[in-house]
Amino acid sequence: MNTAPQDYAHDLDTRGLSCPLPILKIKKVISRAEAGEVVRMISSDLGSPKDMEAFCKQTGNMLMSSQSDGGEHTFYVRKT
Amino acid sequence: MNEIKTSATTAQLPSIDENHLNALIDKRLDAVLESKLAEIDDNKTPSLAIISTKGTMDMAYPPFILASTAAALDWDVSVFFTFYGLELLKKKPNLQVSPLGNPSMPMKMPFGPDWLKGIEWNIPNAVMSNMPGFEAMATAMFKETTCAKGVASVEDLREASIEGGAKLYACQMTVDLFGHKQEDYIPEVEGWIGAGSFLPMSQKSDICLFI
Repeated sequence: MNTAPQDYAHDLDTRGLSCPLPILKIKKVISRAEAGEVVRMISSDLGSPKDMEAFCKQTGNMLMSSQSDGGEHTFYVRKT
Repeated sequence: MNEIKTSATTAQLPSIDENHLNALIDKRLDAVLESKLAEIDDNKTPSLAIISTKGTMDMAYPPFILASTAAALDWDVSVFFTFYGLELLKKKPNLQVSPLGNPSMPMKMPFGPDWLKGIEWNIPNAVMSNMPGFEAMATAMFKETTCAKGVASVEDLREASIEGGAKLYACQMTVDLFGHKQEDYIPEVEGWIGAGSFLPMSQKSDICLFI
Protein backbone atom coordinates (compact mmCIF):
# COMPACT_ATOMS: atom_id res chain seq x y z
CA MET A 1 0.00 0.00 0.00
CA ASN A 2 2.92 2.34 0.54
CA THR A 3 4.90 2.10 -2.65
CA ALA A 4 3.54 4.76 -4.94
CA PRO A 5 3.58 3.84 -8.62
CA GLN A 6 5.26 6.42 -10.84
CA ASP A 7 3.17 5.99 -13.93
CA TYR A 8 -0.40 7.06 -14.18
CA ALA A 9 -2.64 7.70 -17.17
CA HIS A 10 -5.01 10.15 -15.48
CA ASP A 11 -4.43 12.85 -12.92
CA LEU A 12 -7.16 14.31 -10.76
CA ASP A 13 -6.75 17.24 -8.40
CA THR A 14 -9.69 17.59 -5.99
CA ARG A 15 -7.96 19.83 -3.45
CA GLY A 16 -10.39 22.28 -1.89
CA LEU A 17 -13.43 20.12 -2.65
CA SER A 18 -15.54 18.55 0.08
CA CYS A 19 -17.34 15.22 0.36
CA PRO A 20 -18.78 13.73 -1.79
CA LEU A 21 -17.17 15.63 -4.70
CA PRO A 22 -13.80 13.78 -4.71
CA ILE A 23 -15.64 10.43 -4.99
CA LEU A 24 -17.97 11.74 -7.71
CA LYS A 25 -15.02 13.13 -9.68
CA ILE A 26 -12.90 9.98 -9.52
CA LYS A 27 -15.91 7.88 -10.46
CA LYS A 28 -16.21 9.95 -13.65
CA VAL A 29 -12.52 9.63 -14.49
CA ILE A 30 -12.49 5.89 -13.80
CA SER A 31 -15.56 5.24 -15.92
CA ARG A 32 -13.78 6.89 -18.87
CA ALA A 33 -10.44 5.11 -18.26
CA GLU A 34 -9.40 1.84 -19.88
CA ALA A 35 -9.04 -1.30 -17.78
CA GLY A 36 -5.57 -1.50 -16.24
CA GLU A 37 -4.96 2.25 -16.35
CA VAL A 38 -3.91 4.06 -13.19
CA VAL A 39 -5.53 7.23 -11.87
CA ARG A 40 -3.75 9.48 -9.44
CA MET A 41 -5.96 11.61 -7.21
CA ILE A 42 -4.98 14.33 -4.77
CA SER A 43 -7.47 15.43 -2.15
CA SER A 44 -7.59 17.73 0.85
CA ASP A 45 -10.81 16.25 2.19
CA LEU A 46 -10.10 14.76 5.64
CA GLY A 47 -12.52 11.89 5.11
CA SER A 48 -11.12 10.87 1.74
CA PRO A 49 -8.67 8.12 2.87
CA LYS A 50 -11.56 6.14 4.38
CA ASP A 51 -13.95 7.08 1.57
CA MET A 52 -11.50 6.02 -1.15
CA GLU A 53 -10.91 2.69 0.55
CA ALA A 54 -14.66 2.04 0.64
CA PHE A 55 -15.14 3.33 -2.90
CA CYS A 56 -12.50 1.00 -4.34
CA LYS A 57 -13.80 -1.97 -2.37
CA GLN A 58 -17.35 -1.32 -3.54
CA THR A 59 -16.57 -0.69 -7.19
CA GLY A 60 -13.96 -3.47 -7.43
CA ASN A 61 -11.12 -1.17 -8.45
CA MET A 62 -7.69 -1.53 -6.90
CA LEU A 63 -6.39 1.03 -4.42
CA MET A 64 -2.68 0.63 -5.05
CA SER A 65 -1.49 3.32 -2.71
CA SER A 66 -2.91 5.79 -0.21
CA GLN A 67 -0.59 8.34 1.34
CA SER A 68 -1.27 11.27 3.63
CA ASP A 69 1.14 14.15 3.93
CA GLY A 70 -0.03 16.96 6.16
CA GLY A 71 -3.50 17.85 4.99
CA GLU A 72 -3.00 16.33 1.57
CA HIS A 73 -3.88 12.81 0.50
CA THR A 74 -2.61 11.07 -2.62
CA PHE A 75 -4.22 7.96 -4.05
CA TYR A 76 -3.32 5.65 -6.89
CA VAL A 77 -6.19 3.57 -8.22
CA ARG A 78 -5.96 0.96 -10.94
CA LYS A 79 -9.11 0.35 -12.95
CA THR A 80 -9.95 -3.35 -13.12
CA MET B 1 -10.25 -44.84 -7.64
CA ASN B 2 -12.23 -41.97 -6.17
CA GLU B 3 -14.66 -41.97 -9.04
CA ILE B 4 -15.42 -45.65 -8.61
CA LYS B 5 -15.93 -45.14 -4.91
CA THR B 6 -18.36 -42.27 -5.55
CA SER B 7 -20.44 -44.18 -8.04
CA ALA B 8 -20.48 -47.16 -5.71
CA THR B 9 -21.82 -44.93 -2.93
CA THR B 10 -24.48 -43.54 -5.26
CA ALA B 11 -25.54 -47.02 -6.26
CA GLN B 12 -25.96 -47.99 -2.63
CA LEU B 13 -28.07 -44.92 -1.80
CA PRO B 14 -31.47 -46.61 -1.79
CA SER B 15 -30.32 -48.92 0.94
CA ILE B 16 -29.30 -46.05 3.31
CA ASP B 17 -31.97 -45.41 5.88
CA GLU B 18 -33.79 -42.07 5.72
CA ASN B 19 -32.43 -40.62 8.95
CA HIS B 20 -28.89 -41.29 7.89
CA LEU B 21 -29.53 -39.72 4.49
CA ASN B 22 -31.06 -36.59 6.03
CA ALA B 23 -28.09 -36.27 8.36
CA LEU B 24 -25.74 -36.45 5.38
CA ILE B 25 -27.70 -33.79 3.48
CA ASP B 26 -27.81 -31.53 6.53
CA LYS B 27 -24.08 -31.87 6.98
CA ARG B 28 -23.42 -31.03 3.33
CA LEU B 29 -25.83 -28.11 3.44
CA ASP B 30 -24.16 -26.69 6.54
CA ALA B 31 -20.81 -26.89 4.79
CA VAL B 32 -21.81 -25.06 1.59
CA LEU B 33 -24.71 -22.84 2.63
CA GLU B 34 -22.64 -20.08 4.22
CA SER B 35 -20.27 -19.66 1.29
CA LYS B 36 -23.15 -19.89 -1.18
CA LEU B 37 -25.12 -17.19 0.63
CA ALA B 38 -22.00 -15.01 0.83
CA GLU B 39 -21.50 -15.48 -2.91
CA ILE B 40 -25.08 -14.45 -3.66
CA ASP B 41 -24.66 -11.45 -1.35
CA ASP B 42 -21.41 -10.40 -3.04
CA ASN B 43 -22.94 -10.50 -6.50
CA LYS B 44 -26.00 -8.52 -5.53
CA THR B 45 -26.12 -4.85 -6.48
CA PRO B 46 -26.94 -2.88 -3.32
CA SER B 47 -29.96 -0.61 -3.56
CA LEU B 48 -30.97 2.63 -1.87
CA ALA B 49 -34.44 4.15 -1.76
CA ILE B 50 -34.97 7.65 -0.38
CA ILE B 51 -38.18 9.52 0.37
CA SER B 52 -37.36 13.21 0.24
CA THR B 53 -39.94 15.47 1.90
CA LYS B 54 -38.19 18.73 2.78
CA GLY B 55 -37.74 21.77 0.57
CA THR B 56 -35.19 23.86 2.45
CA MET B 57 -31.63 24.32 1.28
CA ASP B 58 -30.07 22.48 4.24
CA MET B 59 -32.41 19.52 3.78
CA ALA B 60 -31.81 19.40 0.04
CA TYR B 61 -28.26 18.20 0.64
CA PRO B 62 -28.74 14.83 2.38
CA PRO B 63 -30.86 13.16 -0.35
CA PHE B 64 -28.61 14.36 -3.17
CA ILE B 65 -25.32 13.65 -1.36
CA LEU B 66 -26.46 10.12 -0.58
CA ALA B 67 -28.01 9.52 -4.00
CA SER B 68 -24.99 10.78 -5.94
CA THR B 69 -22.52 8.87 -3.77
CA ALA B 70 -24.52 5.63 -3.93
CA ALA B 71 -24.73 6.03 -7.71
CA ALA B 72 -20.94 6.48 -7.81
CA LEU B 73 -20.61 3.21 -5.90
CA ASP B 74 -22.67 1.54 -8.67
CA TRP B 75 -25.73 1.07 -6.46
CA ASP B 76 -29.31 1.13 -7.69
CA VAL B 77 -30.80 4.38 -6.46
CA SER B 78 -34.34 5.68 -6.48
CA VAL B 79 -35.59 8.84 -4.79
CA PHE B 80 -39.24 9.75 -4.29
CA PHE B 81 -39.85 13.50 -3.91
CA THR B 82 -43.03 14.36 -2.12
CA PHE B 83 -44.57 17.43 -0.47
CA TYR B 84 -41.96 20.20 -0.06
CA GLY B 85 -39.25 17.84 -1.32
CA LEU B 86 -40.79 18.29 -4.75
CA GLU B 87 -39.15 21.73 -4.93
CA LEU B 88 -35.81 19.90 -5.38
CA LEU B 89 -36.96 18.69 -8.80
CA LYS B 90 -37.92 22.14 -10.10
CA LYS B 91 -36.01 23.55 -13.05
CA LYS B 92 -35.04 26.48 -10.84
CA PRO B 93 -35.42 25.33 -7.24
CA ASN B 94 -36.14 28.15 -4.82
CA LEU B 95 -34.28 26.87 -1.78
CA GLN B 96 -33.87 28.90 1.39
CA VAL B 97 -32.45 28.11 4.77
CA SER B 98 -34.13 29.35 7.93
CA PRO B 99 -32.21 29.84 11.18
CA LEU B 100 -35.51 30.53 12.94
CA GLY B 101 -36.39 27.70 15.32
CA ASN B 102 -33.16 25.97 14.34
CA PRO B 103 -30.93 26.43 17.40
CA SER B 104 -28.16 24.18 16.06
CA MET B 105 -27.53 26.29 13.00
CA PRO B 106 -24.21 28.08 13.38
CA MET B 107 -24.56 31.80 12.74
CA LYS B 108 -21.13 32.82 11.55
CA MET B 109 -19.75 35.27 9.02
CA PRO B 110 -18.69 33.47 5.85
CA PHE B 111 -16.15 36.20 5.01
CA GLY B 112 -13.79 38.61 6.71
CA PRO B 113 -10.76 38.01 8.94
CA ASP B 114 -10.56 34.77 10.96
CA TRP B 115 -11.42 36.43 14.29
CA LEU B 116 -14.67 37.72 12.77
CA LYS B 117 -15.52 34.38 11.12
CA GLY B 118 -15.01 32.63 14.46
CA ILE B 119 -17.71 34.62 16.28
CA GLU B 120 -20.98 32.80 16.87
CA TRP B 121 -23.74 35.42 16.56
CA ASN B 122 -26.43 34.75 19.07
CA ILE B 123 -29.46 36.34 17.48
CA PRO B 124 -32.75 36.16 19.40
CA ASN B 125 -35.69 34.47 17.66
CA ALA B 126 -37.74 37.67 18.03
CA VAL B 127 -35.19 39.58 15.96
CA MET B 128 -34.93 36.84 13.32
CA SER B 129 -38.69 36.65 12.88
CA ASN B 130 -39.28 40.41 12.76
CA MET B 131 -36.41 41.52 10.59
CA PRO B 132 -37.51 41.59 6.93
CA GLY B 133 -35.19 39.67 4.64
CA PHE B 134 -33.49 37.78 7.44
CA GLU B 135 -33.96 34.39 5.77
CA ALA B 136 -32.72 35.71 2.44
CA MET B 137 -29.62 37.00 4.20
CA ALA B 138 -29.08 33.69 6.04
CA THR B 139 -29.50 31.84 2.72
CA ALA B 140 -26.97 34.07 0.99
CA MET B 141 -24.50 33.49 3.82
CA PHE B 142 -25.13 29.74 3.75
CA LYS B 143 -24.40 29.66 0.01
CA GLU B 144 -21.28 31.74 0.53
CA THR B 145 -20.06 29.31 3.21
CA THR B 146 -20.70 26.18 1.14
CA CYS B 147 -18.87 27.76 -1.79
CA ALA B 148 -15.90 28.79 0.38
CA LYS B 149 -15.65 25.30 1.89
CA GLY B 150 -15.73 23.52 -1.47
CA VAL B 151 -19.17 21.98 -0.93
CA ALA B 152 -21.06 21.32 -4.15
CA SER B 153 -24.24 23.21 -4.98
CA VAL B 154 -27.55 21.35 -4.75
CA GLU B 155 -27.96 21.59 -8.53
CA ASP B 156 -24.51 20.05 -9.10
CA LEU B 157 -25.27 17.14 -6.78
CA ARG B 158 -28.63 16.65 -8.48
CA GLU B 159 -26.90 16.53 -11.84
CA ALA B 160 -24.32 14.05 -10.51
CA SER B 161 -27.13 11.86 -9.17
CA ILE B 162 -28.87 11.82 -12.55
CA GLU B 163 -25.62 11.24 -14.41
CA GLY B 164 -24.85 8.31 -12.09
CA GLY B 165 -28.16 6.71 -12.98
CA ALA B 166 -30.22 7.56 -9.89
CA LYS B 167 -33.92 7.50 -10.69
CA LEU B 168 -35.81 10.55 -9.44
CA TYR B 169 -39.57 10.21 -9.03
CA ALA B 170 -42.07 12.98 -8.40
CA CYS B 171 -45.20 12.56 -6.31
CA GLN B 172 -48.10 13.26 -8.69
CA MET B 173 -50.52 13.86 -5.83
CA THR B 174 -48.34 16.69 -4.47
CA VAL B 175 -48.00 18.24 -7.93
CA ASP B 176 -51.82 18.37 -8.13
CA LEU B 177 -52.18 19.52 -4.53
CA PHE B 178 -49.81 22.45 -4.97
CA GLY B 179 -51.28 23.30 -8.39
CA HIS B 180 -47.98 22.86 -10.20
CA LYS B 181 -47.42 21.75 -13.78
CA GLN B 182 -45.10 18.99 -14.97
CA GLU B 183 -43.38 21.57 -17.21
CA ASP B 184 -42.07 23.33 -14.07
CA TYR B 185 -39.86 20.33 -13.35
CA ILE B 186 -36.63 19.02 -14.86
CA PRO B 187 -37.20 16.69 -17.82
CA GLU B 188 -35.10 13.95 -16.14
CA VAL B 189 -37.97 13.08 -13.78
CA GLU B 190 -38.22 9.32 -14.17
CA GLY B 191 -41.90 9.07 -13.39
CA TRP B 192 -44.91 10.83 -11.90
CA ILE B 193 -46.07 8.30 -9.39
CA GLY B 194 -47.79 7.75 -6.06
CA ALA B 195 -47.13 5.86 -2.84
CA GLY B 196 -48.66 2.76 -4.41
CA SER B 197 -45.86 2.65 -6.98
CA PHE B 198 -42.96 3.71 -4.79
CA LEU B 199 -43.58 1.27 -1.96
CA PRO B 200 -43.24 -1.88 -4.11
CA MET B 201 -40.20 -0.23 -5.75
CA SER B 202 -38.50 0.29 -2.39
CA GLN B 203 -39.72 -2.96 -0.83
CA LYS B 204 -36.61 -4.91 -1.73
CA SER B 205 -34.10 -2.10 -1.30
CA ASP B 206 -31.29 -2.65 1.17
CA ILE B 207 -31.57 0.84 2.60
CA CYS B 208 -34.71 2.95 2.73
CA LEU B 209 -34.52 6.46 4.17
CA PHE B 210 -37.13 9.07 4.94
CA ILE B 211 -35.58 12.52 4.78
